Amino acid sequence: MHDSNSSEIDLSIKTKKDVARKFNKKWILLILSLLLIATFAISFTLGRYAIPLSQLFEILFSKLFGFQATWDATMDTVLFKVRLPRLLAAIMIGAVLSLSGATYQGLFKNPMVSADILGASAGAGFGAAIAMLLSFDAVGIQLMSFAFGLGAVAITTVVSTIVGRGNDSTLLLVLTGMVVTSLFSSAIALIKYVADPDLKLREITFWLMGGLSAIRMSDLKIVLIPMILGAVPLLLLRWKLNVLSFGDEEAQAMGIDTSRLRLITIICSTLLTASTVSIGGIIGWVGLVIPHLARMLVGPNYSILLPTSLLVGGLYLLIVDNVARCMFAMEIPLGILTSVIGAPFFIYLLMHGKRGWV
Amino acid sequence: MKLEINNAVCGYGSKKVIEDISFDVKSGEILCLLGPNGVGKTTLFKTILGFLRLQSGEILIEGDNVKNWSRNRLAKAIGYVPQAHTPPFPFNVLDVVVMGRTAHIGPFSSPSKKDVLIAEEALETLNISFLKDRIYTEISGGERQMVLIARALTQQPDILVMDEPTANLDFGNQIKVLEQINRLSKNGLAVFMTTHFPNQAYLCSTKVIILQKNNEFKMGQVEEVITEETLKATYGIDVRITSVKNQNGDKISACIPLLN
Repeated sequence: MHDSNSSEIDLSIKTKKDVARKFNKKWILLILSLLLIATFAISFTLGRYAIPLSQLFEILFSKLFGFQATWDATMDTVLFKVRLPRLLAAIMIGAVLSLSGATYQGLFKNPMVSADILGASAGAGFGAAIAMLLSFDAVGIQLMSFAFGLGAVAITTVVSTIVGRGNDSTLLLVLTGMVVTSLFSSAIALIKYVADPDLKLREITFWLMGGLSAIRMSDLKIVLIPMILGAVPLLLLRWKLNVLSFGDEEAQAMGIDTSRLRLITIICSTLLTASTVSIGGIIGWVGLVIPHLARMLVGPNYSILLPTSLLVGGLYLLIVDNVARCMFAMEIPLGILTSVIGAPFFIYLLMHGKRGWV
Repeated sequence: MKLEINNAVCGYGSKKVIEDISFDVKSGEILCLLGPNGVGKTTLFKTILGFLRLQSGEILIEGDNVKNWSRNRLAKAIGYVPQAHTPPFPFNVLDVVVMGRTAHIGPFSSPSKKDVLIAEEALETLNISFLKDRIYTEISGGERQMVLIARALTQQPDILVMDEPTANLDFGNQIKVLEQINRLSKNGLAVFMTTHFPNQAYLCSTKVIILQKNNEFKMGQVEEVITEETLKATYGIDVRITSVKNQNGDKISACIPLLN
């Protein structure tokens, strides 16, 4: 035991350290935001049709104040019809995938899960594949992937409840999710098998690999609504997610209606996942890897973890999509690239970051 | 504050584990629940905490039936100290303790400065302020147990329900935890705890319930309930009960198992 004097000194030092730490975490959010804006601006200049940064600012400035266009129409199309929606899509998809991944990890008390664990991605993928097979338009594809994404999660939860006879077992839920995922994957394979190999098969296969090359501003407008509907409740409830990660009984004893909170968070996360699948195809690993990266930066407290995941996720997918579209002569599907980066990074986490989840 | 259980029937699904049990615990009392593995100790306290549905009978807090209470309201009355376990994420100790404020914080809010102060006070009460900035997953089992007690205190309940608070702790930490439980009860909390050690009942409880096989149970003051005969009947082992005097000259009883 300390004598009273030294413990007082100890306390004051600790308080200072405390303040400093909170200060740092706030700064991280600011730095990440600035980094995201800077990367966004630089990404604008990159691509087959390169534009110097100075000219970009000139154009943006003129646009903002309604000056006469001094640039040609091609550049206008490239910048605002092709590149802008794509960059925005990368940021939005990366951000919400990470958000839903971080949420799922807390929800299932397991840092090894991500948003597709309950079958959301596979279900949404199946819905979109059917829509393409039946030649639906963009809105139709989105609606179908939503419907089947939510449907897959509904099947998972209902089946696991019936099997568990009322016992709320997370393991059962995850196992059922794997079964449902594999079922929908087979269904996707069947659709590919029956699809016209010259037209549909190619379209479906490319789309499933994940990519943002075909995204237009109108797609973003449609998908923005479910993204906001999914993200806002999660961000508002984020502190309570901490309590949920201690398990249902403890959370209940601390005053949380766990089944309601669980339902809200599952619906929101699924909505987010399905909305990304509906515009960008299946982009794997982001929801698994980014929350870990964010946890390394700011720790596990969801108050700060969720906003950090959001920013890091957006930044990450923006950079990876830049690589996908600029690095090689031919564009690489984004989903393949995120897997190629994500899988080894995950092994690295398993080897070095162990402290976080044993 | 008084927690009353009247004619409770507890169990899972259609299986009844405990039938028709009644007891109460008031501020300043410590009620110890003893009994061999599998007689339904866990079932009983999970029912009191509302994790399991009460099959019949009633649970009253201050005379008010808790049947229709919200989780939130129940959490403000009863604090739960689970057995220390490791959560999946490396939370700060202070973050963990602040989580005890959940019931007092609005659905979309985060803890305020006041909530953090209450959490710090709870750490202070248990003399573990030095753990504040440590990582919860990296401290020892005994320290984790103390942090969980601090979290329950931060909840500011009138009743503490503890599940084997000394499980997996070394001898010294067991006694330290018991000392804290005694102190909290003297400060006005009602404590309901399960334990595997009759000696712990002697050390701190005012009342004891022993659950036995075939739905039988005995309850009352420690000296009345924990006798050589009852322990033989409950656990099927021979014990002798003896006593020593402590530094103040008070009698402390203890039971010693006799090996064959």
